[in-house]
Amino acid sequence: MGEAIVITSGKGGVGKTTTTANIGTALALLGKKVCMVDTDIGLRNLDVVLGLENRIIYDLVDVAEGKCKLKQALIKDKRFDECYLLPAAQTKDKDAVLPEQVRKMVEELKEDFDYVIIDCPAGIEHGFRNAIAGAEEAIVVTTPENAAVRDADRIIGLLEAEHIKNPKLIVNRIRQNLVKKGEMLDIDEICAVLAIDLIGIVPDDELVIKAANEGEPTVMNPNSNAAIAYRNIARRMLGDTVPLMQLDTKPNFLQKIKKLFRIG
Amino acid sequence: MAVKKNVVTIKGVKDGLVFLMNDQCAFEDLIAELKHKLEKTHHQFLAGPLVQVTIQFGERKLSEIQKNIIAEIIKNHGNLVIRSMETKEEKEKSRSNLKVIKGIVRSGQTVSHEGNMLFVGDVNPGGIITATGDIWIMGSLRGTAHAGAKGNMEATIAASYLRPTQLRIANVISRPPEEWGVQQSYMEFAYLNNGTMEIDKMVYLHKIRPQSMQFKEE
Repeated sequence: MGEAIVITSGKGGVGKTTTTANIGTALALLGKKVCMVDTDIGLRNLDVVLGLENRIIYDLVDVAEGKCKLKQALIKDKRFDECYLLPAAQTKDKDAVLPEQVRKMVEELKEDFDYVIIDCPAGIEHGFRNAIAGAEEAIVVTTPENAAVRDADRIIGLLEAEHIKNPKLIVNRIRQNLVKKGEMLDIDEICAVLAIDLIGIVPDDELVIKAANEGEPTVMNPNSNAAIAYRNIARRMLGDTVPLMQLDTKPNFLQKIKKLFRIG
Repeated sequence: MAVKKNVVTIKGVKDGLVFLMNDQCAFEDLIAELKHKLEKTHHQFLAGPLVQVTIQFGERKLSEIQKNIIAEIIKNHGNLVIRSMETKEEKEKSRSNLKVIKGIVRSGQTVSHEGNMLFVGDVNPGGIITATGDIWIMGSLRGTAHAGAKGNMEATIAASYLRPTQLRIANVISRPPEEWGVQQSYMEFAYLNNGTMEIDKMVYLHKIRPQSMQFKEE
């Protein structure tokens, strides 16, 4: 019996889908059986980020309507044998499925997989209700911006009012140079407001954009800082103790010289 | 015998008398004036047919013993019959009605209470905490707090860390901190001074609102 984890944020564009794709892939890299579920009906993206768009035959709505069996709708990842995607429909709307139907699907998936990672749409309406229906755990993604933190706070309140008690936090897209200048919220501030466990921090990394466009999750590229951050998160989910990433950028040549002569 | 004026007011109504008892003075003063009025100044009532008496104590909280003392004094004067004793207990109730709540008020959530509220935890931006009396927060107030929600201008809002989005007392709304010019945010409270919101250190709370803290009975 596996775990079902919903990745949610409230606000759009903070990196839910990217996080889902990378955590799912990272867990697969660590040898786990993973199924990612896209519940963003009508605006599906997870298949694109994973590079599986052209393999979709059936989707989540087809399963809900009984047009196909759950196993028929699952798409095997091109990189791993034990990593699958249940795609959302692109033509329908969020209310094409009911939370109870999603819950049943997730229950069924949990029997075959170690981890069921559910990608939640932005917002707190029907799509959100669908996404959290089958999950017993949640990861809340936020960025170091007031608006995103506000929405994350709202989402945590809603999760706690449901059956999900201890959501975990990921702070995404941190730009350390801005944090240092005091122009971006720092992680301690965010954690003080949200008051939930931090499971990882992800630096802003241009390689993530490139990877998403190529349909190859960043986490596959060991040279990317964000990839290491996502791998760390996956290891923490498995119970390893991994220290938080040091975000300070490496000193440049001039700074090294200055340090050598102990000036500055 | 020096008695404060008008602690006991006696009014005639259609079907009897109403005794209006001041609710701010000491109980002994009340007894003294009641006796004084019945025996010295208003003894003209006491001769004649039976008179129905209604006693209104206002917001004073009376024990059964105190009620009996008053009843005895009035009954001892022949023709007076007590019909009823009335106290406005609502406000008194709300003043002593303290509720302790623990948790986090997150964005979009509201906590409200009739009376005073002690909240242990944080109120986040977008969260609202409302009480008809005072609000004390052991934690950070970053959201909105509304004290004296039914119009009590005497209400206060105190917090370990006072950095709210907005503060409201009765019908006065304040947008801190740019309106206050206060840099410090730890252990402070907000109150109304002539209808304007002001902020001060927590240690001055008992001086500005002495009735918030009572160590002895009135």
